[in-house]
Formats: sequence, C-alpha cells, structure tokens
Amino acid sequence: MTATFKSGDPVRVKAEERPGHIRTPAYVRGKLGWVERVHGEFRDPEKLAYGRDGLPRQPLYLVGFRQTDLWPERYAESPRDCLYVDIYEHWLEPVGAEGTQQ
Amino acid sequence: MARTHDMGGRPTDEPLNTAEHALADWEVTADAMVIALGRKGLSGTDQLRRAIEDMPSDEYAALSYYERWARATETLLTEKDVLSHEEIDRKMAELEETWGVS
Repeated sequence: MTATFKSGDPVRVKAEERPGHIRTPAYVRGKLGWVERVHGEFRDPEKLAYGRDGLPRQPLYLVGFRQTDLWPERYAESPRDCLYVDIYEHWLEPVGAEGTQQ
Repeated sequence: MARTHDMGGRPTDEPLNTAEHALADWEVTADAMVIALGRKGLSGTDQLRRAIEDMPSDEYAALSYYERWARATETLLTEKDVLSHEEIDRKMAELEETWGVS
C-alpha cells in the first residue's frame, strides 16, 4: 500500500475510540497537524499485538502538531513550539480546503 | 476516553522521578527473557504492550515497569498454551524453597 499523504500535507487524526492495542495517543486524536516526513511502510503493530502478521504494511508518518493546538488553554510557552508523533496511515484523514493548518 | 497507560496530557501533582536507578538481577533476566521469547515468536514489543495495557487499572498502577513485563509474559505464555498458571505457581513455590525468595 502506497502512502496517501506527502510531506507538508495537512492531516487530521481520526477522533475515534477503538478497542484494544492502539498506537495513537489520546491527546492527538481529533487534532489538526501536518505530515512532517514519510517514514516508510511497516507491519501494523495494532495487528501484530494480537499475534497476527500485521499485513498489509501501513505507511507511517511523522506528524507535526502545534503545542497550542494540543493544549489550547494550558500551553503557556511559545506558540511556535511543535510536537511530533509517529502515526500510521489508518489513523489519519485528509483536511479539506476548510483546514486552517499552516 | 484514554486507557490507563495512555497518560500523555493527564494532569498530576506528582513530581516526575527522573533519577537513574540500578536494575535488579531479576529485571535484567526479565528483559532477556522477553528478547529470547521474541526470537521464537512468542513475545515482542507489540504483543507485550497489548498484554500490559489489558491489565486491570489498579494492577497496572501497582506494578513496577519490569513487574508489568513479567506479568504480561505470563499472560502471553499461558494464552499460547506454552505454560499454565499452575505450572508457573508450582515453579515459584519450588524456587521459594530453594532460595528463600518470595
């Protein structure tokens, strides 16, 4: 499976609750960010966790977020500060023209 | 709702303990055991994390880092039918007698 997103693309992390082992921390779910880098394709750890083969491989991205977007009322440092999280493709959705990121 | 282990952004008044600490012998052994079982396909980062995250919250909170590894390893080996809880308990009792440990 080839990567849907490329470096610089705005993305939103799906705001989903899923049972079991998931590799996307709660504090980024539903948040807007951008693809900083495409890492490549890897076996899906959310399937490997249950002894399955983790195929098809999933594209993995380094996704950037503004700290002020992650902690809207709590982040008192520089608005330029960013946080980067590795996120698999099945947790990301494209952001349309209404997206205001970057 | 984030599960117990998914702590990012959760407010706390407890200071972070960032001090280095020496590992006990059994902790080094637990680490080696997980690596050896991984070579045999019986454990691994993803499976181990899943087994750790599935522990009841109070148990997760009460155990130390490598205690969680040991507890999760028991889960993985028993669900794969490599060992039974009874066999593990019997061996523990035997070791207590031999070395006076508990």
